Amino acid sequence: MPVIKSLDELKRIREEALRKQELKSTSGKTEIVVGMGTVGIAAGARETLKAILDFVDHNHLENIIIRQTGNIGIDSFEPVVQVILPGTEKVTYGRVNAEVAKMIMEEHVVKRNIVNDYKVEG
Amino acid sequence: MSVVENKEQETLEFVRDTISQIGLTRADLIPILQTITNKFGYISQVAIREVAALLKLPTKEISSVATFYRMLSTEPRGKHLIQFCESAPCHVVGGRQVLHKLKEILDLEPGQSSADNKWTLITTSCLGVCGIGPVILIDTDLYGNVQPDQVKSILSRYE
Amino acid sequence: MTFYRSTVLVSVDPICVEKGAYELIDTLNDELIKQGLIDEVQVLETTRLGDPTKFGPDLTVYPEGTHYTNLTYYDIPRLVEEHFIKGRVLKQYAAKMMDNIDEELRAPRSKEIRVVLRNIGVIDPRNIEDYFAYDGYMALGKALTEMTPEEVIQEILDAKLRGRGGAGFPTGLKWRFARQAQGDIKYLICNADEGDPGAFMNRRVLEGDPHSVIEGMIIAAYAIGARQGYIYCRAEYPIAVSTMTLAIKQARALGLLGKNILGTNFSFDLEIRMGAGAFVCGEETALMASIEGSRGEPRARPPFPANKGLWGKPTNINNVETYANVPQIILKGAEWFSSMGTEKSKGTKTFALAGDVKNTGLIEVPFGITLQEIIYDVGGGIKGDKKFKAVQTGGPMGGCIPEKLLNLPVDYETLGQAGSIMGSGGMIVMDEDTCMVDIARFFMEFTQDESCGKCVPCRVGTHRLLEILEAICNGEGKQEDIAELRELSDQIKKNSLCGLGQGAPNPVVSTLEHFLDEYEAHIYEKRCPAKVCRSLIKFEILDGPCTGCTVCARNCPVNAISGERKATHVINQDICIKCGICHQVCQFDAIKIS
Repeated sequence: MPVIKSLDELKRIREEALRKQELKSTSGKTEIVVGMGTVGIAAGARETLKAILDFVDHNHLENIIIRQTGNIGIDSFEPVVQVILPGTEKVTYGRVNAEVAKMIMEEHVVKRNIVNDYKVEG
Repeated sequence: MSVVENKEQETLEFVRDTISQIGLTRADLIPILQTITNKFGYISQVAIREVAALLKLPTKEISSVATFYRMLSTEPRGKHLIQFCESAPCHVVGGRQVLHKLKEILDLEPGQSSADNKWTLITTSCLGVCGIGPVILIDTDLYGNVQPDQVKSILSRYE
Repeated sequence: MTFYRSTVLVSVDPICVEKGAYELIDTLNDELIKQGLIDEVQVLETTRLGDPTKFGPDLTVYPEGTHYTNLTYYDIPRLVEEHFIKGRVLKQYAAKMMDNIDEELRAPRSKEIRVVLRNIGVIDPRNIEDYFAYDGYMALGKALTEMTPEEVIQEILDAKLRGRGGAGFPTGLKWRFARQAQGDIKYLICNADEGDPGAFMNRRVLEGDPHSVIEGMIIAAYAIGARQGYIYCRAEYPIAVSTMTLAIKQARALGLLGKNILGTNFSFDLEIRMGAGAFVCGEETALMASIEGSRGEPRARPPFPANKGLWGKPTNINNVETYANVPQIILKGAEWFSSMGTEKSKGTKTFALAGDVKNTGLIEVPFGITLQEIIYDVGGGIKGDKKFKAVQTGGPMGGCIPEKLLNLPVDYETLGQAGSIMGSGGMIVMDEDTCMVDIARFFMEFTQDESCGKCVPCRVGTHRLLEILEAICNGEGKQEDIAELRELSDQIKKNSLCGLGQGAPNPVVSTLEHFLDEYEAHIYEKRCPAKVCRSLIKFEILDGPCTGCTVCARNCPVNAISGERKATHVINQDICIKCGICHQVCQFDAIKIS
């Protein structure tokens, strides 16, 4: 970091530092986990992930964390996406392509309605 | 050169080197003396005279400062310095028993050094880690929550 | 704004840079572009992540929080493929982020308000960025660009901040005197020579939130017109010294110390000076003598440091905690600060609870809270649920406060009236197994040893007080002793030059006042009610409970116990040194102390 030459510069540095602090905390946020194991990728998980990212970007959603994981063991259901709203149980969705991903984001993440058609039990 | 002369030469060189790094003013005196104590375990008469000469101060001024501060010493110290915290918070959680054990195992009273020059035992005032008292500081190693029966094994770690 | 699904923080502290942090960042960015991930994964630089690694560089991926270390740029393609594409942690480089359990500073309990301690354990003190995230240096910005020095002083005056080093002098007033003093060259000093046994608040602040002190000092320097400052830190605090050294370096590198701070024409720089093991150097005039390179002997005041201090120049000297309060007062305002506390003592105070209390460690509470609340609500009560006997406040020059005064609301005045002092904030809690005469003797040992020797009443007087107390504890107390203790204490208090001598008799005076019966038992009955003073107690083995297990005999350091297996053992009173080890090791409660 270069020498801080004014109060304005200091304020900007503070904003950036706050942002970095934010990263470290995961509480109170919605977690979306995308399965990105070999099977998932073969089934198109990267497109699913992109669709989710685009949705978040477009709709200026806040307090979202997107994580990825490897194979979770339900190969025939890949691509798999799990949604965990703050303080709720994890919901696992299967066969989530880009379109389905958008629907899940709209219905579950924004409107808080679980999309039962794609939900995987257990 | 004899061993004594060698030691003297080493001392003089170290003192000159230290002063050239730290400074020549009166305000630099305590850091200079601390550096010398850290290196040799104490400040010898040779060192005192050299410091006095270079800082242009009377030797008695140097001595008077060197004898005032606990962390400076004008007496040779053993290879390992044991500092035992004798302050109230350590005292009330069993410090007395630990000190007793130390004195017994080392056969030393605080302020003394062992005959083989391995140990010097001194008591010190609060080291500020009262949450883990009783506390022993050996050189730069801090031991907390010390029980009397652990003293022997702690001491055995040092050559 | 692009939404990133992952953010990578790469450490660019000097060690990591040396090990190739920037090459790593470049390679990482290239690889992310190559893999089409550049819009999904963001790479940011940060000053530090966790402990400095021997090999480096290190980086952390969020939101997972996975920490990698010992990476080189040629590991990057594999890292990107494994972690970002396949979602697998690259195990061979993954490192644990250390989670330290803090025994000295727990989560705040009810009734605590953390102002000075607010960042400790929350921020990484070796990373100035963390400090910025928590309003760091915003107070300095406000003071330098929106306030005049006089306005800064007025704010501190309005807040009614009192010096936290023990004397409790109004800080704003001290600053005003220094500002008004004649002369161009003025100095600022931070007293970090926290020597009171049982006090480690200053140490934690220096180690855990060094920038709060630096910021407070720069604001103070601006207020009084000083261009050079010193932090005098005791040598027994090496970690505090190294953390503060690093913090000063970081602040300097960013232009927060040095010439033309924040683009104004105010310049100020800081240096650390270390103590050399003399308790008396916590006294301000002795401290200045030490910086000047002399024996740490206090001198008479007036003249006060504000007029004639370091090298004869106007000097403002304040305690670590006093400075640490300043940024918050400037940011949140005098009214906020003075809304906490009592009429004469505003704000909060840190205390170090030690001794026989369940929750030892640092706390911070508003003035006005009672001793009862501190010991029982915040401290959790007496260890082992034993009975409370006394609490000693303020360090070795403080008095002991008995149970009947527990409802005392704590502030500078009330503690003084109770025969004690606020001091730096040490609080040693004592249970029913404490001998108050032994405690008085104990503190006198300390002050006697630390007396600089300049004033006869202190040098000789404390020695004589100690002699008498030792005699009493050894069973050689005489009838005249109590009167002599009182007379001597009075003389020493009245005729000593500095706070050490003036306060040294306090433990004696307060224990005589509240625990006279114990002194009398020692002198007239040759008995120690708390069963502590060795010469007055006897260790005996009780016939009933003793099973003859031989454990005590085997542990006795002087072989004073004899007995056959399964038969009651006996302690030879002539040899017994009363160390208490047999009592400790006996599983059957067969050892009686009388």
